[in-house]
Amino acid sequence: MIPSAFDYHAPGTLDEAVALLERHGDEAKVLSGGQSLLPLLKLRLGDAGHLVDIGRIPGLTGITEADGWLRIGGATREADLERSALIRDKYPILLDTAAVIADPLVRNRATVGGNLAHGDPANDHPATMLALGAEVVARGPGGERTIPVTQFFTGLFATALAPAEILTEIRIPIPPPRSGGAYVKLERKVGDFATAAAAAQVTLGGAGEIARVGIGLTNAGPTPIKATAAEEYVRGRQPDAEAVAETARLAAEATTPSADRRGSAEYKRDMARVLTGRAVTRAVQRAGGQ
Amino acid sequence: MATHDVRITVNGEPREAAVESRLLLVHWLRDVLRLTGTHIGCDTTHCGACTVLLDGEPVKSCTVLAVQADGGEVTTVEGLEQDGALHPLQEGFQQEHGLQCGFCTPGMLMTGRALLERNADPSEADIRQAISGNLCRCTGYVNIVKSIEHAAAKLREAAAS
Repeated sequence: MIPSAFDYHAPGTLDEAVALLERHGDEAKVLSGGQSLLPLLKLRLGDAGHLVDIGRIPGLTGITEADGWLRIGGATREADLERSALIRDKYPILLDTAAVIADPLVRNRATVGGNLAHGDPANDHPATMLALGAEVVARGPGGERTIPVTQFFTGLFATALAPAEILTEIRIPIPPPRSGGAYVKLERKVGDFATAAAAAQVTLGGAGEIARVGIGLTNAGPTPIKATAAEEYVRGRQPDAEAVAETARLAAEATTPSADRRGSAEYKRDMARVLTGRAVTRAVQRAGGQ
Repeated sequence: MATHDVRITVNGEPREAAVESRLLLVHWLRDVLRLTGTHIGCDTTHCGACTVLLDGEPVKSCTVLAVQADGGEVTTVEGLEQDGALHPLQEGFQQEHGLQCGFCTPGMLMTGRALLERNADPSEADIRQAISGNLCRCTGYVNIVKSIEHAAAKLREAAAS
């Protein structure tokens, strides 16, 4: 399949990229790894007169800890997350997530920033970033701003990014000691979007209670979901089986999945419950709890 | 129509071309360079038949623009054979009956090659994980795994001697 004709631009700097986006307005799209955008253009589900490739701009990749934040460059490839010793040792929730995105070949091109900026509720990073309390850095004509991930997903395939803004970095607060996280996904086969998936990040307090918690859900509504009622319920409680079950039940209540070939709405909602329970349990274990 | 002058090294040979923005890497390889060993299967980023190495990493060439490969190095299945000798992976697929219809094979070979460059002694689980983006509808994968194991052993032997 051949996409409709477009012009391709490969700016060497962010300023040039932003200027191109401003000049071409609605006609322009940012091309990062292209693993969602190019299929959309090929299937002609989307159209773009101009693609602005940010893949040749220096400084948009990398995984580092600095000043209390884990910083992931927007154009960092999923494969680089998977191979990062820092991610493997300290952020297993991010390894869980990267390892189930599409397939290994796609992950050699696909980028973390693209996974968020595409605004697809079926993508995997959004739930994890919601659980981690991340923020994204956007660069536009007016300079740079940060957007909490909780305010980033505004609708189906819609984000808080302005038309000429580029997601340049993801910042995740470095979790305190006794923290752990997990992402658990149910998929029919490698490469499929989630039937349901849940991300949980917890920090345990002195008595083993859940002191901090974030829970995110994938493909369970028109946007990625932060399960706030479930978080509020479990905060301050001991993560025993009963509390985990109630947390999972409350998380599932926050979902509004659509029926499709992956299952009925009822099935998906129940899978969101089951997977939330597993994610919370694994997160607590990784935090050093029971 | 905007075209772009690109320089891409393909199987060790530097190539220069003017490509249209929307030209996919797989179409450039097949239709312009006539390197038809790279197959187009699903054309929707699922099947991996079009897998080539771009700067050493296996990618789905139906989901990369040719212009994105500008300045890069591409290896296709035609680049595996050296001086008339089959690559140990090709030999492995032959010896272990790693193919039936052969449609997925070029992609399997390229993914296998990238795996063995990174991991000289992959477990069965490593191999199955690596080829999880390459679909085969004939073999049930069992003999593909054996073929890659065969190549890994042969390459380790060659490295030891």
